[in-house]
Order: sequence, then C-alpha cells, then structure tokens
Amino acid sequence: MTPPLSAPIEEKPVLETPEKTAQNPVLATKELIQEVLEVYPDKAKKKREKHLNVFEEGKSDCGVKSNIKSVPGSMTTRGCAYAGSKGVVWGPIKDMIHISHGPVGCGYYSWSGRRNYYIGTTGIDSFGTMDFTSDFQERDIVFGGDKKLAKLITELDELFPLNRGVSIQSECPIGLIGDDIEAVAKKASKEIGKTVVPVRCEGFRGVSQSLGHHIANDAIRDWVFPQYDKEKKAGNIADGTEYDVAIIGDYNIGGDAWSSRILIEEIGLRVAAQWSGDGTLHEMINTPSVKLNLVHCYRSMNYISRHMEETYGIPWLEYNFFGPTQIAESLRAIAAKFDEKIQANAEAVIAKYEAQTKAVIEKFLPRLKDKTVALMVGGLRPRHVIPAFHDLGMKLIGTGYEFGHNDDYKRTTHYVENGTLIYDDVSAYEFEAFIKELKPDLVASGIKEKYVFQKMALPFRQMHSWDYSGPYHGYDGFAIFARDMDLALNSPTWSLIGAPWKKAEITAQ
Amino acid sequence: MTDESIRQIAFYGKGGIGKSTTSQNTIAGMAELGQRVMIVGCDPKADSTRLMLHSKAQTSVLQLAAERGAVEDVELEEVLARGYRDVLCVESGGPEPGVGCAGRGIITAINFLEENGAYEDIDFVSYDVLGDVVCGGFAMPIREGKAQEIYIVTSGEMMAMYAANNIARGVLKYAHSGGVRLGGLICNSRKVDRELELIETLAKRLNTQMLHFVPRDNIVQHAELRRMTVIEYAPDSRQAEEYRTLAGKIINNKNLSIPTPISMDELEELLVEFGILGGEEEYEKAIKEGVKAPAGVA
Repeated sequence: MTPPLSAPIEEKPVLETPEKTAQNPVLATKELIQEVLEVYPDKAKKKREKHLNVFEEGKSDCGVKSNIKSVPGSMTTRGCAYAGSKGVVWGPIKDMIHISHGPVGCGYYSWSGRRNYYIGTTGIDSFGTMDFTSDFQERDIVFGGDKKLAKLITELDELFPLNRGVSIQSECPIGLIGDDIEAVAKKASKEIGKTVVPVRCEGFRGVSQSLGHHIANDAIRDWVFPQYDKEKKAGNIADGTEYDVAIIGDYNIGGDAWSSRILIEEIGLRVAAQWSGDGTLHEMINTPSVKLNLVHCYRSMNYISRHMEETYGIPWLEYNFFGPTQIAESLRAIAAKFDEKIQANAEAVIAKYEAQTKAVIEKFLPRLKDKTVALMVGGLRPRHVIPAFHDLGMKLIGTGYEFGHNDDYKRTTHYVENGTLIYDDVSAYEFEAFIKELKPDLVASGIKEKYVFQKMALPFRQMHSWDYSGPYHGYDGFAIFARDMDLALNSPTWSLIGAPWKKAEITAQ
Repeated sequence: MTDESIRQIAFYGKGGIGKSTTSQNTIAGMAELGQRVMIVGCDPKADSTRLMLHSKAQTSVLQLAAERGAVEDVELEEVLARGYRDVLCVESGGPEPGVGCAGRGIITAINFLEENGAYEDIDFVSYDVLGDVVCGGFAMPIREGKAQEIYIVTSGEMMAMYAANNIARGVLKYAHSGGVRLGGLICNSRKVDRELELIETLAKRLNTQMLHFVPRDNIVQHAELRRMTVIEYAPDSRQAEEYRTLAGKIINNKNLSIPTPISMDELEELLVEFGILGGEEEYEKAIKEGVKAPAGVA
C-alpha cells in the first residue's frame, strides 16, 4: 500500500512548472494526471482515470465520466440520497416538519447542516433549524415502524399546530424492512387535514446525493402538485400576473435567495414562489401558476422544472447570479422573456448597480489580480462561481463536481479555459496531490477539504456554506464575496505559518 | 458466553414439513432419556413449544420487548417456561406477516438469550427455524458459536428435497467459518413411492446419513390436537417408540459432516431415476399431449 501523501509540500524550482504549462497547458496537465494515477492499483486506476481530464478548447464536454459509483476506499466527498432529499430539496421548506424517519444518527448529524436562512418564528410557524426524528429502536426494525410514524405525526401536529404539513424522509432501514410509509402518509394526511409527503430517499439508493434530489423532485410531483390540480379545478388558484415567476433551486445559503429576489423584483417581475430556501408549502403548491421558472441549481431541480414544462407548459430558464458579468447577462436573458418594459427595467437595474460594482472591483481587483483558484463543490457551483472569480481578475486552474452529471460537464465548457484541470468525484488523495503540484493561491471547496489545505498554509474558502458568511448571490452578494476572497488570500496569517526546523535553517544561513 | 459442553442443534426444513412436530417429539424422547434440553423457537409464529407447554403460544422475547420498549427491559425468567419433563422453552417471536424484519428479530432474541445466560446447566439447545434460510437473520442459529449440528427434516416430495438441498448449501456456507456440520436427514414420511431409498440416496449425495425414517401415523395428529407430543399422549404407541429411537440416534450421533449440496440438474436426475419425475422423452410426450388436448376440445 502507498502511504497517504501527507508530507509537506516539496519546494520545487518555481520557474519550471509555469514555463512548461505555458508551452502546452493541456499536455502538461495530462502528464500530471498520469503521475497522480500512478499510485493506484490497476483496477482503481482504470476506473479513476475516466474521471480526470483536461479541458481542451472547442470540445463540447470536459472529457470525464460522471455520476458513477465511487471507487471503494477512495475517500469520496459524496453524500447519500437522504442527504439530497432531506438536506437539500425538502429541508429548507420552512413551514413543514421534516421527519428523519429511521435511527437517530442521520437526523442528528444532518441537523442544521446547511445554512438555509428563513424568516419566521422557529418552533411556532417555522421549523428550519429544528430536527425531528422517529428515533428507530430495535423493536421498530423487527416489528416495523409504521405505527410509530403515525403516532409521531399526530403528536407533532398537536405540539406544533401551525405547521403546514409533514414530509417523511426515509433513512436506509425503511427500505430494508419494507415499511409502507405511503399508506401512513395518506392516513395521517386525512387525520391531521394537512399535506403529508412520503419520500423514498433511502441512503443506499443511487451513487450520491444526486438521486436524492431526483426522488425529492418526484415526491413534489406526486404529492404536492395534485393539490394544485385539485384547487385549480375548484377555481381556488388565482391567475396571477403576467410577470409571475418562481425561483427554483436557490437554497438561500446565507441569504442568497434574498439578494437574488431583490434583483428579480427590481426588474418588475413578481416572485410567486421560492424553491426551496425560505420557501413554504403553499408557494410550492401554487408554482404551476407562474409564467416562467428561473432555475439556479439545475442539478437538483431540473427534474421538476422539466415536469412543469411538460405538464403545465411553463418554460424554464437557467440563470447565474454570481459576479456582475453573469448577473447582467442573466438579467437580460430573463428580461428577454418578457416585454419591453421589463427589458428597460433590466437595463436600469444593471446601470443602477454599476457604481457599487465598480467600487468593489476597484478596491479588490488589484489585491486579487492573477491569483489562481481550484474549485471542487457539489453540482452547480463548480461552474457557476467561476465568473465571479474572473470579475475579480482571478484565474481558475481546476474544477470538478462531487455529484455532477454529463450535462453539468457540458455546461461547464462555457465557463472554463483551455488547459483547465477537470476532476469528477475527486478523491481525497487526488485532490491533495493535484493541489500540491499546481499550487493554486486559493482552494475553494467544502468542510472536509478545508483543514487539509489550511494545514498546507494554503488560503481556503468553503464553497458550500460560504464559510458561515454570505450571501454571495446578486450584486450585494458579490461585494461580500470579493471581501471574503480578499480576507482569505491576503490575510497575513499564512506568512506566519512555517515549520520550526525550516525557520532554524533560514536563521542558520 | 455459551458453555462448551452444551450441544447446540437445529432443525431446518421446508415449511409445513413437520419440523416443529418432529423436533418436539424427538426432544420429548431425549428428555425421557435424561437429557436436559432447551428449545429456542425461531419462527415469528411462535409455535415451536406448544406441544411441550400444552398452550397455544407462550410469551415471546420480542413480544415482551415490544411491550416494554426494549429487549434490555426483559428478564429471562419472564420468557423462559418449563414444559414436559422440564424441557426449557423460549420463543423468539417476531412481527406479524408483512411488516418489519423477522430476521432481525431472531438475531435480537438469540443475542438476548446469550447475554442473559440462558445457556447454562443444560445438555442440549435446540433451535427450530422456519422454512428456508431466506436472509442473514434465519442463518443466525448456524453462525459461529451457535448450533453445530443441523438436522434437516424432509420427505420424498420434490419440493421438500429441493429445500433440503438448499439448506445444505446454507450449512456449507457457514461450515468453514463457523464450524457448523450436517447431522443428517430425518425423513418424515409422506408415503411417497420408494421414499426410503430416495432419501437414503439423497443423504449419500449430500455426504450425510438418513438418521431416521419416521413413518406416517395418524396418532401424531391426535396428540397434536391435544397439544401434546406422542410420547406424552400415547407413551406405549409404536410412533412414540419411533421418536425415542430418533432421540437416541441424535444423542449418540457422531456422524457430523460438511455437506456436498448437489446442483439442480443432479437433483432432477435423481428424481427421474426414482420415477418421481419423467425423463426427457416422457416430458416431451406430456407436452405434446398437453398441446393436443385443447386442440381436440376446440
């Protein structure tokens, strides 16, 4: 076995690598991939080399395979289907109670894992930072947990009468013992007179959290939208305005959806629903009445967007609110779907924020210019945040998704430059090895990666949680983003870190 | 932990073959011969001890655990009953059909018994396991440190033999890791043609023995209706004597082997050989006739 590469970064002649890369960036990086793969056993190497490549200008994708089972032992960063449903799609719906159905661990360790901000009184009409679990015991496995679940729903409704509904997020054992949570949901729904949604997001299903998003989307289709159809038929759904839109796939991390919503409202559109950050069940039910769905996280909510297009004829548009260049482009694209009034508004809004944006760039670009960054995030940000870095004069040298699919890598080609290293479902070892060799100025990834790179004295920013900062969406978000990148990159902390023996050497010399 | 000197045995076999009846009658015979035996029923139906206790069903480990909240809240004395000739009786119990996980239930119950020192001052522990080894839970009694001797109850009927062969495969799987051995086949006669020879041949093929041929006798039914073993109900009957013989054979059984399960093809060939299944020619003839008949009707 090869020992993990935890030795300090080797001091290589600084000039060599950039020169070589300058000559042929694609070739040099491909060589690096081969070097990194060298330590793997043949079987693992054969599997992993399909997930690593270099983007070549003019190609229609990034040349990597994706959405495939991780190699055992590779220390993937991926989550599970439960994480995708409970943590991402359903969890942020603030006025519903989301039950982690099964043993206590899944619920406990995912408790407040994402920073989905919301407005409401927690424990009264909102439940975002609370955690509910059926806390399975041995007897629930042996005798089945349906009765317990039914009782739990009744009790929760008594304790929290202002909840608008319940979702049942299945943990692994539910699928193993074959509990009939759909029957419980139907019965409980009648009993409490509210929506009860069973979600079959058992963690063992699929290769990553990605399938959990899909399953959660399907649950919305099957258990939420029928209520729209029913209410529509009964004439209880208002027609709305010509300018009604829904924000789909914004989870309001650190307030992202709010700083996005401002802009959409400022150009004259009416945001009828927010999915699912700071969202409510009734917004969800009413969504099929909007005129356009604005999709931010394509990966986690393209399924329901496509469904609404096919069933209700609602078109959908992907947009990107990271960095002023993309914000302006997105606002124009959104406005183009409406009349001249909205289009004029969009131009006015872009102009309105120009001074603010200019000030941000003038302040931070000189401090960040030409700094390099390596990204590794979930299913959207590995491409979406690149323009924000570019707006600050920074350069992207590598990016990859935890759980992206082929269509994500196709979309990535619009954002990356020739010679960018692409890594899919990158393993802990690979990522560390790449960073050691490429020496970016900033690594932008998640909590699992953070301390590895900070211990290498590398500036790091968390790109899932915004490192407890944010929002990063919209013009207001960009100002915070720029400040945070500056804080990370230009902090004097990093120059103070050094091995004591190296200091001794320096002193001796 | 379990006392090394205790012999742990288990009865397996196709559902409905008469495992519980055969095992309880045999254990009654063993008790008569002075053996101290404990029965561990591993069937959610909890009917492995009714002939010993003269009751419909005793309180099971899991039933009580469910009422109390956790298996830790159950005391051994509450679930351990004394039956005919002081045979100790425990039922694991389990969920009603169609819910939960019966396999996990058996694991929970057996762990409970071990942890609470149920396996003390006895000569034999006998596990009565339902139907087939469908999942890990039902294989629990043959894992390491549990039953070392497996007795398969079968008959000359085709499906019973299929099941016996399947169980032999399960035993083989655990034979090397856990040291479990096949003690033999017990033929619970259904009065099928050439049954004795058939099961003897099957036993040979499986690298084991036919331990005993239990003839069919209505007295078993009479005893069962009275919730009794034949040995208790009609101690002087010929059938009681058969069970006593079987009991003696198990007590003195030294022929413990690693089974050599046969393939489906081999099993079918065996059945053809004994005239239970027709050969290829007969099969084709039957198919042709089958096709002809409806045509004739039309």
